Amino acid sequence: MRADLKAISELVAPGTRVLDLGCGDGVLLRHLQDNLGVTGYGIEIEPAGVVASIGNGINVIQMNLEAGLSGFDERSFDTVILSQTLQAMKHTEPLLRDMLRVGRECIVTFPNFGYWKNRLQVLAGVMPKSSDMPYEWYNTPNVHLCTLHDFEALCQRVGARVLQRIVISNGKPIHALPNLLGSLAVYRVSA
Amino acid sequence: MNTKARSVGDVTPFTAHFNQALPLSSGAELPEFDLVYETYGTLNTNRSNAILICHALSGTHHVAGTYSGDARTAGWWNNMVGPGKPVDTNRFFVVGVNNLGGCNGSTGPASINSRTGKPYGASFPFVTVEDWVHAQARLADHLGIDCFAAVMGGSLGAMQALQWALTYPARLRHAVVIAAAPKLSAQNIGFNEVARQAITTDPDFHGGDYYAHGVIPFHGLRLARMLGHITYLSDDAMMEKFGRELLAGKHKFSLEVEFEIESYLRYQGDKFTERFDANTYLIMTKALDYFDPAASAAGNLSAAMAKIKAATLVVSFTTDWRFSPARSKEIVKSLLDNALPVTYAEIESTQGHDAFLMENEHYFSVVSTYLNRVAQEVNA
Repeated sequence: MRADLKAISELVAPGTRVLDLGCGDGVLLRHLQDNLGVTGYGIEIEPAGVVASIGNGINVIQMNLEAGLSGFDERSFDTVILSQTLQAMKHTEPLLRDMLRVGRECIVTFPNFGYWKNRLQVLAGVMPKSSDMPYEWYNTPNVHLCTLHDFEALCQRVGARVLQRIVISNGKPIHALPNLLGSLAVYRVSA
Repeated sequence: MNTKARSVGDVTPFTAHFNQALPLSSGAELPEFDLVYETYGTLNTNRSNAILICHALSGTHHVAGTYSGDARTAGWWNNMVGPGKPVDTNRFFVVGVNNLGGCNGSTGPASINSRTGKPYGASFPFVTVEDWVHAQARLADHLGIDCFAAVMGGSLGAMQALQWALTYPARLRHAVVIAAAPKLSAQNIGFNEVARQAITTDPDFHGGDYYAHGVIPFHGLRLARMLGHITYLSDDAMMEKFGRELLAGKHKFSLEVEFEIESYLRYQGDKFTERFDANTYLIMTKALDYFDPAASAAGNLSAAMAKIKAATLVVSFTTDWRFSPARSKEIVKSLLDNALPVTYAEIESTQGHDAFLMENEHYFSVVSTYLNRVAQEVNA
């Protein structure tokens, strides 16, 4: 399982209601359902992801996150998850605000643009590529890459409290100089 | 589509007769009635693999397969139902049934009322989606099916699937609700009313008792169907299919058929009058208009849906303006509000409302993947 998904499953309480935004093939929700008995719904826009999610036995709703979560009531989920999708959103700020409205807590994960290997590549004069960001600059879906500092500034702006932060590199937690040494960030936030 | 998919082959309809009176939503009752149905596949020993397919406005019990090897007699959902198809008859026992008020063998306005010895005609009671579901439940009893693996339909058929989940929560595991709405909009009812007016103002309608006069309200029924066809297609699909093509290549400056679309609508209208009863059209459109499960909960759809126990698959099509994706999302929202299992797919299609009848890769893989899960669940 992807390192961030493993970290997420440690942050979700058993038996709760979970909404996974951009659920892909549904493996995270399936894992949470099987191991934590959560009641889960996934949101996915790509037809292949929707079909794969159905195959994985999760409740999936085909919907465009860019249109927001207007169909979802305030505080209707215990946890709203956005894993590795934040950086690909056009309407990043409105979505984060919507997540804070719909979920008691939110879990957001993203590749840390401030990771030293990324910085080195920029220093070398090229756009960074890595296992977390495997795209070329001209075909990347990632339009809003950010660092830990950038994300925390956005949290402050939208009134999100950071409850927990896990920074990972090569599947292991990083404690010192996280914005430099961590390739992946996992945040637990609430309104 | 599965490359091993094939047709169920030749099929035979059956008729079940029910002697026990059926009380109807209107307060009237049918003292006895027939339901004509077809089945495909085999009911397994624990009777867990049955899928009921409910038909839409002009559909029938003839869902799949052919009669006497004639490809032109293929069932209305032949692309969806069969061995290796999304509704895989190698695994499921599929039941198609003609609804009450129909004109394909189930008791309807053209049937003989045993009390009078004459066709029911205008005296046939109005029936609702709920009445149909009660009648279908009698058929399920007759077939020895306590609990369907799934009840499935498109459009008005989807409303029956949803109604099943509400009326008999313990008798189905899944509802497959395709191209539906939780109730008709004023615009939807408006279209239905124009269709009905076309029929009832036809001089050959005779207050609904035209059978005795040896005529049918041909012109009215034809108009009703032409109007219907416009609402089933998207603007784009129509333009793509017919454009502004002229039959004769130039304007004739006459009221004769000139544009391809005129020709298409007239042809569809004519063809329909050969196979469909005008009184049935009136009854079916009324059933559509009356459908409103939220009414039982003071208009609160989420509260009404609280009774449901089944898991639901909801499917909509992007260019369906008759029952748009937004209407399907109302259903999804009401199920979510009750923390019920729900899956929703919004299929990219240019075909409008008719898309639910057409083969489409995403649509068919959603249905087949979902039903594959259902098959595993019921050991089909």
